[in-house]
Amino acid sequence: MVPLSHYLIVSAALFAIGVAGVLVRRNAIIIFLSIEIMLNAVNLTFVAFSRYLDSLNGQIIVFFVMTVAAAEAAVGLAIIVSVYRNRESVDVDRVNLLKG
Amino acid sequence: MPAVLFYILSLVMLAAALLVVLQTHPVYSVVFAIISFVSLAGLFLILGAEFIAAAQIIVYTGAIMVLFLFVIMLLNLRREDIEERGVSLMKTAGSIGALVLLGLLGGVLAGKISLGPQGPFSQEVIRQAGNTQAVGRALFTDFLFPFEATSVLIFVALVGVVILAKKKL
Repeated sequence: MVPLSHYLIVSAALFAIGVAGVLVRRNAIIIFLSIEIMLNAVNLTFVAFSRYLDSLNGQIIVFFVMTVAAAEAAVGLAIIVSVYRNRESVDVDRVNLLKG
Repeated sequence: MPAVLFYILSLVMLAAALLVVLQTHPVYSVVFAIISFVSLAGLFLILGAEFIAAAQIIVYTGAIMVLFLFVIMLLNLRREDIEERGVSLMKTAGSIGALVLLGLLGGVLAGKISLGPQGPFSQEVIRQAGNTQAVGRALFTDFLFPFEATSVLIFVALVGVVILAKKKL
């Protein structure tokens, strides 16, 4: 059986890749995709612990995380569509009207 | 056998996630994300969470990624302009930050993790009734209120999306 720490390291790497995507990319859709990658990393952590602790709570939480992720992705994409209609671009560097 | 499968699947998953972040065309990014999520569903199957694996494929790749593709096609996004080639300050800072985070998380998680109290649902107990039945029973008894609350949440999100994406209010 694969030790728990291996699962957690894989999950940490996936989370770090998601963080890199959010920080480095300028396209708003790719930023959202990186946020989904981060959420999946957390899901992997939960399910791994659920298996190694002989408990189902981890999988229940993953169910709710997936639901919330779906709702958030839908709303975020709707916002991106509205922003695109106003600014003709999904580049987050162009959405800087509040900048001082 | 499950150990070899774990390493292969996690390698595929991490490589695909890296390619999501690194390459420029949005549609290819979504396709690599789909590959990553499907291999993650494989990892869930190795961990014995069959309901979550099926939900991952149906909800994440089947609904959320398709939504991303719809929006990309609606906005007609092309390959990103490569005007910002070369090393910029933000990119270096972001990459270094992610590496530091990976080092911190990996260093903490690779050490000795003291597990909490063990629960009742060992693999033998779950295998008697099936993972889906066990999860369903827990969802409808102990977690009934959050379960019903998520339906309200999805409804609110639905109304919000329709209003936000309308051309004329």
